[in-house]
Amino acid sequence: MPKMGDEITDIWAFLAASPLLWLTMTLVVFQGSLWINRRLGGSPVLHPVLISMGILITILLLTDTDYDTYFDGAQFIHFLLGPATVALAVPLYENRQQIRALLWPLLVSGLAGAATAALSAVMIAYLMGAEWVTLMSLAPKSVTSPIAMGVSEKLGGLPSLTAALVLLTGAIGCILAPGLIRLLRIRDDRVKGFAMGLSAHGFGTAQAFGISATAGAFAGLGLTLAGIMTAFLLPLAVNWLPTLMGG
Amino acid sequence: MSGLITAIIILLTCQLAGEVIVLWLDLPFPGPVLGMLILFGALLIRGGVPEHLRQTSHTLLGHLALLFVPAGVGLMVHFGLVAQDWLPILLGLVVSTTLALGVTMLLLSRLIWLRSRRAEDG
Repeated sequence: MPKMGDEITDIWAFLAASPLLWLTMTLVVFQGSLWINRRLGGSPVLHPVLISMGILITILLLTDTDYDTYFDGAQFIHFLLGPATVALAVPLYENRQQIRALLWPLLVSGLAGAATAALSAVMIAYLMGAEWVTLMSLAPKSVTSPIAMGVSEKLGGLPSLTAALVLLTGAIGCILAPGLIRLLRIRDDRVKGFAMGLSAHGFGTAQAFGISATAGAFAGLGLTLAGIMTAFLLPLAVNWLPTLMGG
Repeated sequence: MSGLITAIIILLTCQLAGEVIVLWLDLPFPGPVLGMLILFGALLIRGGVPEHLRQTSHTLLGHLALLFVPAGVGLMVHFGLVAQDWLPILLGLVVSTTLALGVTMLLLSRLIWLRSRRAEDG
C-alpha cells in the first residue's frame, strides 16, 4: 500500500512532466504579476513580464525543473508570437493615411533612429569585451519581441536572451523618455510618440498613449517601422559588421 | 465564432506563406515579418480590414506582453553569459536607448519643421 508521501511524489512526477502544469502556471503567474504591477502603481521598472520571469524562474529552480520541460507546456503561448507579428499589419494599415502624409520624414528619422539603437548598443558592448553571441542577442533589442527574437535567431544570437534584453530596453526607454523630451524641448506629440515606439517598442507605445492618442498612434507606427527595418536590414548589416570592427 | 476562425486562418496563412517563402528563397529575415507585409499588401488591395480580423488582431496585440513570458523565462539557461557580460549589456542598453530617442526626436522634428516651412513658402 502506497504511503501518502509516495502518492504526492507520483502526482508531482505526472504533473511536472505534462504540458498542462507549466501552461497553467504561466497564465496564473502572469495574471498575478499584472495584479502586483497595478498595486505598485504600474511602474515600467517592475513590468508584469519582468515579475513573471522572476517568479517562474524561481519556481523552476526550486522544483528542480529544467527549461525544456517548462517550455513543453509554455510553447503554446510562445507559438502565438508568429500570428501576433502578422497581426501588426492591422494597426499599420489603420494608420496608413498619417504615414503617407509624413512618409519621408518618418522613414529617414526612423532609419536613423533604428540604426543608432542597434549599432551603438553593439559597439559599446563590443568595446567592453562582450561575447559575440551576446552582441548578436543585443543587436535587435529595440524592436518588439516577436520580431526581435526572430532576428536574433537569424543572426545566431540567443532568442531567449534577446527577449529579456528587449524587455529591459522597454523599461529603460520609459524611464529615460520624459527627461529627454523635456531636455530637447520636444512639443510635437507625433515626434514624442514615434521616438518612443521606435526605441522602446510596446512599452514605449503604452506610455505614449498616456501622453495623447496621437502620440500613441505614432508610437505604434514607430514600433512597426523599427521592426520592419530591423528585420530586413540588420541581418544584412551584420554580414559586414566583422569587417567594420576589424575582426 | 466562425469570424474568429476566419481571422485565425488569415493570420496563420499569411505566416505560413511568409515562412515558406523565407525558407524557399533563403531570405535573412523572420518569416512572420514577411507574413505581416503580405497581410498589409492584401489589406491595401482589399481596401479595408474585415471586422473579425480587426478584433482578433487587437486582442492578440493587446495581450502581447504575455507572449514574451515563455521566452523570457529562458533567461535562466543563460545566467552564465549574463553574469559575465552584465556591464557591457547594461551600458549598451542605456546609452543606445538614449541616443536612439534623441536622434529620432531631433531629426523628425527638424524634418517636419522643414516641410512645413517649405509648404508656407511654396
